[in-house]
Amino acid sequence: MQPFTTLTGIAAPLPIPNVDTDKIIPARFLKTIKRSGLGRNLFDAMRYLPDGSENPDFILNREPYRRAEILVAGPNFGCGSSREHAPWALLDFGIRCVIAPDFADIFYNNCFKNGILPIKLPQEICDALMEDARLGANARLTVDLERQVVVRPNGEEIRFEIDPFRRHCLLNGLDDIGQTMAHAAKIDAYEAKRRAAEPWLFA
Amino acid sequence: MGEGTAPRTLFDKIWDSHVVERLPDGTCILYIDRHLVHEVTSPQAFEGLRMAGRRVRRPDATFAVADHNVPTSDRSRGIDEPESRLQVETLERNVAEFGVPYFPLMDARQGIVHIVGPEQGISQPGLTIVCGDSHTSTHGAVGALAFGIGTSEVEHVLATQTLLQKPAKNMLIEVQGRLPFGCTAKDIILAIIGRIGTAGGTGHVIEYAGEAIRDLDMAGRMTVCNMSIEAGARAGLVAPDEKTFAYLKGRPYAPKGEAWERAVAYWKTLPSDPGARYDTTVTLKADEIVPLVTWGTSPEDVVPITGAVPDPDSETTEARRAAKRRMLEYMGLTPGTRMQDIRVDVVFIGSCTNGRIEDLRAAAAVAKGRKVAEGVRAMVVPGSGLVKRQAEDEGLDRIFREAGFEWREAGCSMCLGMNPDQLRPGQRCASTSNRNFEGRQGPGGRTHLMSPAMAAAAAVTGRLADVRQLVAH
Ligand code: SF4
Repeated sequence: MQPFTTLTGIAAPLPIPNVDTDKIIPARFLKTIKRSGLGRNLFDAMRYLPDGSENPDFILNREPYRRAEILVAGPNFGCGSSREHAPWALLDFGIRCVIAPDFADIFYNNCFKNGILPIKLPQEICDALMEDARLGANARLTVDLERQVVVRPNGEEIRFEIDPFRRHCLLNGLDDIGQTMAHAAKIDAYEAKRRAAEPWLFA
Repeated sequence: MGEGTAPRTLFDKIWDSHVVERLPDGTCILYIDRHLVHEVTSPQAFEGLRMAGRRVRRPDATFAVADHNVPTSDRSRGIDEPESRLQVETLERNVAEFGVPYFPLMDARQGIVHIVGPEQGISQPGLTIVCGDSHTSTHGAVGALAFGIGTSEVEHVLATQTLLQKPAKNMLIEVQGRLPFGCTAKDIILAIIGRIGTAGGTGHVIEYAGEAIRDLDMAGRMTVCNMSIEAGARAGLVAPDEKTFAYLKGRPYAPKGEAWERAVAYWKTLPSDPGARYDTTVTLKADEIVPLVTWGTSPEDVVPITGAVPDPDSETTEARRAAKRRMLEYMGLTPGTRMQDIRVDVVFIGSCTNGRIEDLRAAAAVAKGRKVAEGVRAMVVPGSGLVKRQAEDEGLDRIFREAGFEWREAGCSMCLGMNPDQLRPGQRCASTSNRNFEGRQGPGGRTHLMSPAMAAAAAVTGRLADVRQLVAH
């Protein structure tokens, strides 16, 4: 997993509540064999018109937001199914950080498994950041995970909270697998014990 | 029970014996004994391994088969649908690259992953078994802790043979007494879901017990455990007994010789200790169960076949009334209609819930000497190539064919319609599968869940029918 330390980039405003995982990536795109490539269909129903052309009104189809790396979103972002295709689609588009008043549980967890930083901030602060995100070419936020601050275009710093263990994993690019592998000696020992007791379970 | 230890449940025992390490926040690194892999939820996991330069830690504990996407028509010339073909070919490339055992499409052992596991003796008592599929709960029927996982977790298991998990709560569902004539394991689990609801088991692992469960054959126990997930539980299990041992003995991956004796001795220690504590207990009386069908778009919407479509106005809150009205609209039903007056267009007999030989026998007993009703498409999809072969050896295929049923190749098929076997909008289906969600069997399709015998009865009468009127007691 790619570590997340600091990120300075364009923030796109998406002031819609309850954006569910079907909106993020519709079910028909799950017949894929990759995590990558889903970015094209991120927010598919909002992003494209029925004839397949881009909807010019949708934020991510407009400059400079085509290059957005941060999303400022509404409450209950990521509700619905548990599909990991949702964070995969965001990441593939280039979004590494989502800021919202709150998130659906599974989506929130899935973000950390994929190197995306979800930041929960109170509604009023999200409202202010939403205004920043509307600044077009000047809609640049800096997210500093080390110091746990979001820096607004006017230089003001906003502190956010995050579980220390998750912060540690993101900063160092440690995924669950990497974490578990740190216990490899324990797994080896356990396996040896089982192999002795139940050899028929081992080829 | 060891000295000084509190009485433990079957779940507690399996859990305790698989904890590799307990982390400070209570999360456990849980060892996984058996990992089943299919084509839809594994490609990204293998891709992840490849990108990180990791290997599969225990290929010998991993088994792969393609089932969700595969066509159930003749497939000697491969798969037509390009995206399905790509998912299957990708699985084949991945298993070759990582050295994982695989049952190829043209192999008789190919079939639905949850049919194949027990059939091959891969699923054994006391094991932890996972698969990137929610119906992994099926394998709990042999007394294993078996549950579904997401794609990141599939990768985690491939790489480390473990999962990060917190223990579940224990629920005991005791089905007392004997099942009446015409009722099956499917009716038991539908009755349970009707009673506790689709969220009734949330956060729990369900242990099924009682005389009616003990009386079930292994296939019936698998049907019950299969739908634990429809009751909200991640896993369901049944204590292993002589039936379990007899079922497993001689299967390809079951222990042999002296190892068999040792295994059985261990398996006999697994049933819950007397006095073991459950967080939740539910009791059902088997003799009150009648053949059931679903009327709505949630598996908890069950009604006796002798009953009628319920009236949304009898619900207590406006939100519930509105929800039921929406369901009825989707299902094209009006309150008060007798269930037995509802006509069907399609009958689907198969899936990991009811695609085993015992299920096909029960359906064939009803179909024998009868004809599929005019205008009804009825299909039988065996759960595996071996089930298909066995059925053909017993002449069941002839019974079905003569009655006008399609006799197809093994796979998930119309359970979820990822392959060409789909309902068309508005079509009504009597199905032996496990989910009646909107669009599950094809966009706009309408599903009624029931047992294999009841589905066969629907096929030959052209409507939802009471199987008890078609077979001799
Ligand atoms: S038969 Fe249906 S429920 Fe079972 S694994 Fe296949 S798709 Fe899932």
